[in-house]
Amino acid sequence: MTPVLSVLVHNKPGVLNRITALFMRKGFNIQSLTVCITENPEISRMTIVMSDMDEAALEQVMKQLHKQIDVLKVTDLTDQAMVARDLALIRVSSPIAERAIIHSLIEPFRANVVDVGRETVTVQVTGDAEKIDALIALLRPYGIRELARTGLTALQREAASSADPKRAGEAQVLHI
Amino acid sequence: MPGMSKPADDETLTRSGEGGAMWMKGADMVVEALRREQVEVIFGYPGGAVLPLYDALYQCGIRHVLTRHEQGAIHAAEGYARVTGKPGVVIATSGPGATNLVTGLADAMMDSIPLVAITGQVAKTVIGTDAFQETSIIGISTPITKHNYQIRHASEIPKVFKEAFHIANSGRKGPVLIDIPKDVSGEEAWFAYDDPPQLPGYQPTVVPHHMQIRKLMHGLQHAKRPVVLAGAGILHARATDKLLAFVEKYQLPVVQTLLGLGGFPASHALCLGMGGMHGSAAANKALYETDFLINLGARFDDRLTGKLEHFAPHAVVAHIDIDPAEIGKNVPTDIPVVGDVGEALAMMLSIDVPAPDAAAWREELLRVKRELPFWWVQDGDRIKPQRLIAEIARITKGDAVVTTDVGQHQMWAAQFFPLNRPDRWVTSGGLGTMGFGLPAAIGAHFGRPDKLVVAILGDAGFQMTLQELAVIGEYQLPIKVVIVNNSALGMVRQWQEMFHGERYSESLLPWQPDFVKLGEAYRIPSARVERDEELASALEAFLSEPGPGLLECVVDPNENVYPMVAPGTGIHQMVGVKP
Ligand SMILES: Cc1ncc(C[n+]2csc(CCOP(=O)(O)OP(=O)(O)O)c2C)c(N)n1
Ligand SMILES: [Mg+2]
Repeated sequence: MTPVLSVLVHNKPGVLNRITALFMRKGFNIQSLTVCITENPEISRMTIVMSDMDEAALEQVMKQLHKQIDVLKVTDLTDQAMVARDLALIRVSSPIAERAIIHSLIEPFRANVVDVGRETVTVQVTGDAEKIDALIALLRPYGIRELARTGLTALQREAASSADPKRAGEAQVLHI
Repeated sequence: MPGMSKPADDETLTRSGEGGAMWMKGADMVVEALRREQVEVIFGYPGGAVLPLYDALYQCGIRHVLTRHEQGAIHAAEGYARVTGKPGVVIATSGPGATNLVTGLADAMMDSIPLVAITGQVAKTVIGTDAFQETSIIGISTPITKHNYQIRHASEIPKVFKEAFHIANSGRKGPVLIDIPKDVSGEEAWFAYDDPPQLPGYQPTVVPHHMQIRKLMHGLQHAKRPVVLAGAGILHARATDKLLAFVEKYQLPVVQTLLGLGGFPASHALCLGMGGMHGSAAANKALYETDFLINLGARFDDRLTGKLEHFAPHAVVAHIDIDPAEIGKNVPTDIPVVGDVGEALAMMLSIDVPAPDAAAWREELLRVKRELPFWWVQDGDRIKPQRLIAEIARITKGDAVVTTDVGQHQMWAAQFFPLNRPDRWVTSGGLGTMGFGLPAAIGAHFGRPDKLVVAILGDAGFQMTLQELAVIGEYQLPIKVVIVNNSALGMVRQWQEMFHGERYSESLLPWQPDFVKLGEAYRIPSARVERDEELASALEAFLSEPGPGLLECVVDPNENVYPMVAPGTGIHQMVGVKP
């Protein structure tokens, strides 16, 4: 299981250090961590994707996070209906003659070209991790020069809206 | 006090603003905050970054004890906190002063000791420039404090101090560090201290859930082999009376942790003593065979449990702890109860269930307790360290405050000094910090000046912080320093004897300083005793003399601590349960 945690923290200097120091001290490994301010400027949201772990270990992670005085709320999104997005910028080799191929490859991913040069184009794609992995795999044969990913950020879905069939359908589409 | 402006120049320091607020300088605010927290004594050491603070402390009415090393100051603060239940306060300067606190912070974190540590910092204007004596003590101390703060403006001082004392001494207690840049001391702002702390991210659960308590009591009545494990939580919660009432009501055998000693009277018939690596045969039998274990404020430390798969393998485990993160961390728990053990015990006492049918089990444990007590063999005229401890207990009638260092002598003290009351036992458990015992004794004295303090120290650990003899000498404190001299890093030597083929790599101390002269150099009456037949009279003279004293006890260097659960084995696999 790769758990996804959403953690609300005070937006204060040093809080990120407290969380990473905690992970180091307890030997917890993380796959990605994003931090951003929320609608309330005094509060930040951290979205943490943990490495594979069993339930007992996850419970310990959550309890330890809770013990931090600057942590306001810890939510385990792993088995929850959530909207989870990662953004990647992929600079791929693309001689002008081959550009149409790139465009046709990225189109079903609703990815965009955000920078164009003589040798390369830079593609921006958003989605869950699997979708981005899939696009990277597709582009790799053309030569990926540089890659930057934000890591996952996520919100729990509003409970009522997950019952809405239209929204649920959309969710499936987005999980290509 | 945002929205309140600075008063006119001619107004005095003590002039009140809104809601009794006072306009003050940062350094004076620190002193005022300490006063409001009813701090009686500060342990500390000055330096450049705390000069303004020490200027404010000068003749301020709060006692300050100048130790001879910051590590001494923080262990003294720990000793004070241990015997009073109040937060210990320590001050150090920036850089080396702050880094000298590190061991004490880690020690207090491990053993849940409430401390407020104040460090000086270089001025805000030069933070980050590698200024003289700059160090990032916030970065260094984050993993070894419950929380820490760096103050950015004097106006934050009241809020931060209020929060720091609250955090240190509530929930699972622990050390809180406050780092104060030098220029903050000179800034002026409004000081108001009456608002309660606002900590939405810190709301410890004190009162347990009654459903869990019901479950526990329901389980208890059906138990055949119930046991209470009493940890330091009993002492932190000041719940010794409630524990006694509960244990007597249901006639439950009690096992104690090293740090829980004194939480239940050692002289009580139902007391099986300490469990774990050097615990009693009866205590470990109880932990192994129990079918219903009630853990009251212990954290199932590995020195207690031994190999986890053999710890209470047949038991339903109920664990009451103020820190939810401890529940289920090491031992799978069937009945988790989050809350203060005192509150929990009060609720447990208010529910009447039939007492478990456990007479046979009790008899069996009490028989083992009778037949397999802690032991030693008196051969020849060498002083046996075990007897040394037993004699100190006899002469002081068990009423002294005992501090220890770390090693064999610590285990013998735990085994042979029966503790019948709380707040008399000061030892470094989780971190196992050599050098703790002597400065902790100084702090314990300031916490309980009415009591005789006996510091039981190893010859090696004593030498790690012996400079604090100066404090004992200077104030002629009634602290009795007992050096258990086995000319060895005894505990290391024991492990090398047992597990490393008797290769005594760097653990023997054939060369020793003259401990008696050392004591005398600090103007402490000092003596040496080497022969068993002289032990009792030497101890009696030493302990009855008013004022300080140092007694070097040359003990049999070959003694080992038994019984023992070897590392990696289960608590049912003890060696050395009898001679
Ligand atoms: C600061 C520190 N360093 C090293 C150790 C490892 N250690 C544990 S017990 C011990 C020997 C202690 O010797 P002594 O103080 O003479 O006590 P004894 O075991 O001989 O009673 C050592 C080195 C420690 N606990 N603390
Ligand atoms: Mg020794």
